[in-house]
Amino acid sequence: MTDFQIEVYQNEYLPQGAAEVNAIVTVTASGSAAPVASSGAAAAEVIIIDTSGSMHHPPTKLAAAKAATNAAIDALRDGVNFAVVSGSERADLVYPPRLGMRPATALSREEAKRAVNALRADGGTAMGEWLLLARELFATQRNPLRHAILLTDGQNVHERPKKLERILEDVAGQFVCDCRGVGTDWEVKELRKIATALLGTVDIVADPSGLADDFRAMTSNAMGKEVADVSLRLWTPQGATVKFVKQVEPTLTDLTSRRVESAPRSGDYPTGAWGSESRDYHVCIQVQPAAIGDKMLAGRVSLVSPSGDVLGKGQILAVWTDDTALSTKINPEVAHYTGQAELATVIEEGLEAQRAGQIETATAKLGRAVKLAHESGHEDTAKLLAKVVDVVDPADGTIRLKRDVATVDAMTLESRSSVTKRVGRKSGEN
Amino acid sequence: MNCPDCGEHAEANDRYCENCGGSLQLRRTPSGGPIGRVGGVTVAGCVGCGSSVGDDGYCETCGRAQPTGRDRMEYDLDLVAGVSDRGRARARNEDSMAFGVVGPPGAPRSVVAVVCDGVGSTERADAASQAGVDAALEAIVDSLLAESTPRAATEDGAAAAYAAVGELARPNSPDTAPSCTFVSAVVTPSEITVGWIGDSRAYWVPSSPDVPSRRLTTDDTLVAQLVAAGMDEAEAAASLNAHALARWVGADAEQAPPHVTVLQPEAPGRLILCSDGLWNYLPEAESLAAKVSDAEPLKVAAELTSIANELGGHDNITVVVIPVEGPLAGPSMDTEGKVP
Repeated sequence: MTDFQIEVYQNEYLPQGAAEVNAIVTVTASGSAAPVASSGAAAAEVIIIDTSGSMHHPPTKLAAAKAATNAAIDALRDGVNFAVVSGSERADLVYPPRLGMRPATALSREEAKRAVNALRADGGTAMGEWLLLARELFATQRNPLRHAILLTDGQNVHERPKKLERILEDVAGQFVCDCRGVGTDWEVKELRKIATALLGTVDIVADPSGLADDFRAMTSNAMGKEVADVSLRLWTPQGATVKFVKQVEPTLTDLTSRRVESAPRSGDYPTGAWGSESRDYHVCIQVQPAAIGDKMLAGRVSLVSPSGDVLGKGQILAVWTDDTALSTKINPEVAHYTGQAELATVIEEGLEAQRAGQIETATAKLGRAVKLAHESGHEDTAKLLAKVVDVVDPADGTIRLKRDVATVDAMTLESRSSVTKRVGRKSGEN
Repeated sequence: MNCPDCGEHAEANDRYCENCGGSLQLRRTPSGGPIGRVGGVTVAGCVGCGSSVGDDGYCETCGRAQPTGRDRMEYDLDLVAGVSDRGRARARNEDSMAFGVVGPPGAPRSVVAVVCDGVGSTERADAASQAGVDAALEAIVDSLLAESTPRAATEDGAAAAYAAVGELARPNSPDTAPSCTFVSAVVTPSEITVGWIGDSRAYWVPSSPDVPSRRLTTDDTLVAQLVAAGMDEAEAAASLNAHALARWVGADAEQAPPHVTVLQPEAPGRLILCSDGLWNYLPEAESLAAKVSDAEPLKVAAELTSIANELGGHDNITVVVIPVEGPLAGPSMDTEGKVP
């Protein structure tokens, strides 16, 4: 069984009258010696491949998507239930022939790949329909670990945004979905909305030839999960309000609005499936300030399985002091992830302003992003930023907007803006 | 008589039960300090809102941390009760208290109480106050059971405190020797004997509002000495190190007998022993008396502690309350042993 360990990083000392308590909660799941999912019995995988007409332009796009789907099928462990869906303005089941899923075997893999290779591109794009079929497929099985891959090259033009939102609300919690955009005609915000609702990741695959590796990686990552549908439970004292709960590492996901009340003063936030991995959450709680010298439990954090088992526990504290040496100390974890969240925001806002031709705002926001990426040592983002702006001085965020920015560079930056850098921790320090 | 613990027959003057070894002549706070709260959190609930407290020691409703260990000590022997609290500003509680009821069960002969306040500038001040109260209580009780006078017993108690606290200094340098204050009370049906060294105090608060309350001790501080010598109080308080202790208990102290005062109360009332964590906020006898309710001793001690906390709780707070009733003789106050 997977072990969950919770560590809380915070400065619990608050000055008189302060009400806001910030903490970084690190959850580390360490897998069992023999993973439960190794038999494959626990897992189910649905691969959704965009077959709208645009996938023909250029034709290599469809060919690459097929190759990627085949690579994902090959990466499935024996016994994992799977299905393949092709998406246009409607959703069609590619494999198996009838509604349902098949366990992966040498034979079923061959059959599925044959069906994928026969796919042709035609029609529009309505991703909500694709997700509804995926849900229907998962519902035919009882696998606790349910994962989907959604590949698209275009925008959701044959479905009103409201409808997609409604569908997302319906299917949220039923399965985890990683989204990939191929080429540059899709919209990052749209795919991010789907990925966020379904607790998955979003990324760009600019070159279709890179798809196969990416699909293989996603599939094996999904196969590595051991515990599904884990919730982060947060208890707060009477009179307190939760300002936000965000996953801040490996990617930024705001979970605040996903709260489901579980008991008085207690709510659950979905975290999806866990393998052997570590994630960080930023919890911000507004409490009623107490007197100097008082100590309060501002939050009790636990991880809870769907059956209600508590998998790990941590405490968020508040101690009011008139010792400013204590209360002014900045917790490095909280500062780091506050910076990472701002970095993601200024990148999005900066690119938005750049698209809208607001040069000053774009320069200011992207300059700030360069400074934050530099300060936090986030080299991946710094490199992506350098393709979009000319960096004059990274330390103070002096930049010039590039005259011509390749769409693929801007979209890559936008897609990966929510990928955070893990805080550097010196051993023995917390 | 019979042993209150095991029911075995015992002779009236036996100190310990021949059967179970329990004390027959003394009910007292546990040696090492009355750690924890009366009834525990399950009975008393959250110190903040009264709701139930979780296994992790925090209130299930308001989240407030419940004091543990020495941070909040409470003990109740009906005839005497006390509270010792960390307060709001200090990192730990360096005060302590010990008290007991002497005499066979059902026929108490006297009540003995000791409060020590660890001197904050010394190391292990908490160990000093604890060693002080335990040694003093034991010595006073032994003396009383050996038929000594309350005054002699009080002096024996202070001497035992010097010895026990002094012991803590070794093998360290006496410069940072742990030290503490000392105030004791021996209450018999006819008189109250108070002994002290330092600035922990005793107050006499009569039950009748018509009888004035009074402070029974004079602080061993520079300011008190200056006032006693005739200086204006405001002027004395402004002088350098005005509140520094002139006397204390510890390896680096000059050992001398405690000040002793004896009171024969003319009417029922309550004797209150406290550390400066309380009296800093309510220095005048009348101001303190105004906050003493008619409740049972533990409640009075808890109420006074809460008041000090609400007013800031800048120091550890210890309050011991002993109700005094019964046939009382006429007034007579022995002032011998006061500050020179």
